[in-house]
Amino acid sequence: MTADPFTMWHPVASEHDVPYRHVHHGQLLGRELAVWRADDDFVNVWENRCLHRGLRLSIGSNDGTELRCQYHGWRYANRSAGCTYIPAHPADAPARTICNRTFPSVERYGLIWSGESPVGEPPTVDVLEAGTPFGLRNLPVHASAELAVRHLQAHRFLPSGRLGAESAAMSVEWADEYAVALTATTDTDDGSASTAVFFVQPVDSGRSVIRAVLAETPAASEQMAVLRHHATELNGLVARIEAEAALLPAPEPMVPVLQQVPLHLAEVPEAPSGRQAALRVQVRRKWETAAGVAAFELAPIEGVLPTFQPGAHIDVHLPNGLVRQYSITNGPGETSYYRLGVKLEPDSTGGSVCLHETVREGDVLAISEPRNNFPLRRDSMRTILLAGGIGITPLLAMAQSLDRMSLAFELHCFAQSAEHTAFSDVLDGLGESVVRHLGLPPDETVAEIRRLVATPDEFTHVYVCGPGPMLEAARREAAEAGWPDDHVHFEYFKNTTEIDDSSTFEVALARSALTVTVPSGSTILEVLRESGVPLPSSCEQGACGTCVATVLEGEPDHQDVYLNDSDHEAGDRIMTCVSRALSDRLVLDL
Amino acid sequence: MAGANGECQNGAVLDQWHPLGAIDEAEPNVVHVTRLLGESISFAVTPEGRSAVWRTRGDLAAGMPVDPESVAGTLPSRCEFLYVWTSLGDPPERSFDIPEFFEPDRRNFNACTIGLRTSAPRAVENFLDMGHFPFVHDGLLGSEPRTEVVDYNVHVDGDTNEVWATECQFWQPAASATATEGQMVDYVYRIMQPYSILLYKSCPAAPERMDLIGLFVQATSEEHCRGHMFLSLIDDESSIGHIRRFVQTIFAQDVPIIENQNPKRLPLDPQAETPIRSDRASILYRRWLSDLGVTYAVIPAA
Ligand code: FES
Ligand SMILES: [Fe+2]
Repeated sequence: MTADPFTMWHPVASEHDVPYRHVHHGQLLGRELAVWRADDDFVNVWENRCLHRGLRLSIGSNDGTELRCQYHGWRYANRSAGCTYIPAHPADAPARTICNRTFPSVERYGLIWSGESPVGEPPTVDVLEAGTPFGLRNLPVHASAELAVRHLQAHRFLPSGRLGAESAAMSVEWADEYAVALTATTDTDDGSASTAVFFVQPVDSGRSVIRAVLAETPAASEQMAVLRHHATELNGLVARIEAEAALLPAPEPMVPVLQQVPLHLAEVPEAPSGRQAALRVQVRRKWETAAGVAAFELAPIEGVLPTFQPGAHIDVHLPNGLVRQYSITNGPGETSYYRLGVKLEPDSTGGSVCLHETVREGDVLAISEPRNNFPLRRDSMRTILLAGGIGITPLLAMAQSLDRMSLAFELHCFAQSAEHTAFSDVLDGLGESVVRHLGLPPDETVAEIRRLVATPDEFTHVYVCGPGPMLEAARREAAEAGWPDDHVHFEYFKNTTEIDDSSTFEVALARSALTVTVPSGSTILEVLRESGVPLPSSCEQGACGTCVATVLEGEPDHQDVYLNDSDHEAGDRIMTCVSRALSDRLVLDL
Repeated sequence: MAGANGECQNGAVLDQWHPLGAIDEAEPNVVHVTRLLGESISFAVTPEGRSAVWRTRGDLAAGMPVDPESVAGTLPSRCEFLYVWTSLGDPPERSFDIPEFFEPDRRNFNACTIGLRTSAPRAVENFLDMGHFPFVHDGLLGSEPRTEVVDYNVHVDGDTNEVWATECQFWQPAASATATEGQMVDYVYRIMQPYSILLYKSCPAAPERMDLIGLFVQATSEEHCRGHMFLSLIDDESSIGHIRRFVQTIFAQDVPIIENQNPKRLPLDPQAETPIRSDRASILYRRWLSDLGVTYAVIPAA
């Protein structure tokens, strides 16, 4: 019974075929392969064909983490072969999973092993396991693997230490369809012997590659001579194999089946609607500003960037299809770029992971114009800025503005440690106004906040940005201390409230003379957009304040964290992305 | 049936007009031999620019003198838009129109003819594609990071059954031989025949008019072709030599790309490859080839 070559492991490359930053063109059983080693030493074995327009990936470039196709610059990730970037559409990146075809790979005996759908593990060879394997030069042969294996069984060579000998006795240790192990022994008294295993890679029906491995590595001084000896003997063998192959009818080449792409990828997605990404910027610089925090400088591709104010954020449209909000950290006058700080949140839905791992210097990103829903008053005698962790980002912009205007402020930075404090260099420039609170446990953080907001003051404003528990604590402590709501300002990263969207109600637009029904499961924002009423939005979870509308009539069912308690009570504004109506009908000033 | 003994059995392709070579570059009254749709085809032109085309035969070998008008058993032929055209089937009376060609202040010439180891439709589709400019023609037709392809419109013209892509735009650092700095350039693409495409490009010398660049592909076999690059320019500054070199440089950059596409024949099955919005023109081209019944040099949809 002959084994099915499609379920077997075969060598597809030698270690030295896949140095770093190189892409090797391989072939197995008629199928072309792109074989490349990432900087983390994972060897990728992929179908040699870009899913986009079929270009050979072996002429692409390997940057150590991704393979870039030469035709339209699509990038594919190490291991998963998922497409991470499509330069033609920087704004509406692949929310779709575009993934190249991959094949398993294992490195063993200096060879890269793979297969169409191999079963189990690549073969283990006792003499190689027990020895110190030494790879010889590969030899491509214009003949079938079967013919090569047949000739290999009669192959002759000399033991490594006895290259001057007249001849050696040859024995076949074992042989199967795609490999032969031979031992050469000289009949001198010391009985020197060398074993070599010859693996044959079936490239196509009429082509193969002999990949030979000596069981023992020769002494360093002899290696050149050993390599030369085997090259000479194998060249002679190949000439004999090819001479016989030339007499045989040329076999039909194997035709590999190219997989179809899934149906949903065959259709062209419509242009994205909804959140607008009007600007194109290039990542000019990316660096690690603190442990787990990447900083980005985004520069305009042409012209100048729109003006931002302290507290403003932008929407970043990511190559993985997500849209995320990040505060601009720049000080006044730093207008040639936007600087962002992004904390890696491995458990979240993948926005920060994408920015940390996929986006790199030189990439183009689509972003929205800056929006400011966290404006800084500059008419108070004193400003208290409370920053928790990455919540430093909007407050950093504020602190620099206040500093420039010589207005009194304190910037309290709560962080795990000095290494976890982002943009330390900028903080250092702000001198005495910055107070660092490092490594405080939660209860001490709350106590410290209580101390900082102990004395309400008509001429002082407080700005807080940080993780949810810290914001809640600050909200509570400030209220207890007697601060009026409108003196304490919050910026939430996200809304952790569970949204209840079960109600159904009517929304009338006073200015557009339009009445629509918002059914359960839909938001006011969505229904208005479907009816052609464009409303801006950003976070779409009730945290950023972009989608605000004025309420003229009716009772809102607030579910956002952007408005404060007194705003909620007043009921004259509503966040249309999450909030709904308690009354049957809302009238909005739109 | 015409073409019955040839390699190509595809009526939709046999009945087309196919280019064989530039009239200007063929020495008159001499036999020239080339290939078309897997067959050896010979042609000759008169000094006045009339042509004869026939299936190659022993008594008229390449390089032999011949009076084109005396050759018997010829195939349909015409001399039009700089090239000798023929058909191995029943061609339509008219092929396509290029009204601009006849404007008195244009320079019309064959920029180059290049042999390609790929199918004719792969070459046409590459010509139709803006997304590769920054990667394949870096510094000439595009440059990173200006990689975005803004949305454009596509349609099939109801009267002529030609594919059009209009309102195309791309940023180019050196949009033509006369350009010295980067600019947004307007393009219109027009596919007149399965293997012939024209590009209208905003012209730096006359902003309200367009330069024309054509790629007329001669399918020598299913996986080999010759691309004839046709130019019709309004240009008073550059010499023909300069423009020719510019266009040849661009074309030479495309060759290693299109010769490395796998498979070489253009797959018409929508699930064979992954289109994105910027590929609207190529999607329509593939669908239009299917609708025309083209099966030669393509992999038809199942
Ligand atoms: S063919 Fe690979 S990116 Fe287009
Ligand atoms: Fe090109």
